[in-house]
Amino acid sequence: MIDESLKSELQKQGVFVVSTEWLYNWGRKSSIWPLQFGLACCAIEMIAAAAARYDLARFGAEVFRATPRQADLMIVAGTVTKKMAPQVVRLFNQMPEPKYVIAMGACAISGGPFKDGYNVLKGVDRYIPVDVHIPGCPPRPEALLHAIITLQEKIAGQHIDRTRWYDAEAKTEFPIPVCSEHDLLPAANPEVWQPPKDYRDVTNEESVKKL
Amino acid sequence: MLTSSGNLVRNSAQPVAGLIVPDSEMDSYSTQYLFVVVFLAVAVAFPLAPLILSRLLAPHKPTPIKTDTYECGLTAKGDPWVQFRVGYYIYALVYVIFAAETVFLYPWAVAFHGLSLGAFVVMMVFVLLLVEGLVYAWAKGALEWK
Repeated sequence: MIDESLKSELQKQGVFVVSTEWLYNWGRKSSIWPLQFGLACCAIEMIAAAAARYDLARFGAEVFRATPRQADLMIVAGTVTKKMAPQVVRLFNQMPEPKYVIAMGACAISGGPFKDGYNVLKGVDRYIPVDVHIPGCPPRPEALLHAIITLQEKIAGQHIDRTRWYDAEAKTEFPIPVCSEHDLLPAANPEVWQPPKDYRDVTNEESVKKL
Repeated sequence: MLTSSGNLVRNSAQPVAGLIVPDSEMDSYSTQYLFVVVFLAVAVAFPLAPLILSRLLAPHKPTPIKTDTYECGLTAKGDPWVQFRVGYYIYALVYVIFAAETVFLYPWAVAFHGLSLGAFVVMMVFVLLLVEGLVYAWAKGALEWK
């Protein structure tokens, strides 16, 4: 291991010393290719973020791929209806590892203004693991840029020796819900999402204790 | 040799890889092809490097869903090797008759008033040839959809 003072001394001379892990993560975080799909109005903001004014290309994330096989990032931009949820999960399953998810906007996070709709999924994180949530309705392009930067920070902090994507045994597929007569089955993937404890579940005794 | 400041320092007595030598003999025609060889080597190595690197670094985890033919989120239905009727081919060929006819008829019609009788006769012969082809195709039953 090289010590910091020598590193900075070398850097002044134009010699950069980095670890393999840093290089590996730098390569990954500087080329996050998103999957090209939008579900609702948030997609318009996503398009704006990719266009000239906000220029997602500055972060290396402008290469929107039309196939999940070439994508690293799924930006769930908009309302996920219950009819659409199986497709979203299947696309996520088709993406190669390592893969990331950004839930963009109130709808993707929780159902947003359509939360009470019979046909709206109350948050995409019920089926797939979300890395970054962006609040807003819709979030501005700057918010998406912030989410990309946050994701880059997350990627930069990952360790090669602790990653699971080289592990052949590690589970890579998430169960795809099925549209049944009344609702999606299962209603959520318990491995990624647990229902929050309702205030009505808390007994009177417990709430008195908290006070 | 690279110094700390990044300058390329060369001992003038020793040529580097024989590339830049002021000797007149080295400037000969064949030696200049060395640059082409270097260019070719770089041109081959440059695209190959990322391919090999990605093969080494990328996690390879095929699953039935990942290797599915269709990649729009929907499940594939039926066999992707769909066969089209050969009848489409004959229809397309007959269409070509009219397409070629139109290309010639338009400029002919625009300049119609300024044309001689000869031009009119020539165009009628041309149309007759094409109509003949169409009648032949019709008689052979090419326009019947079975």
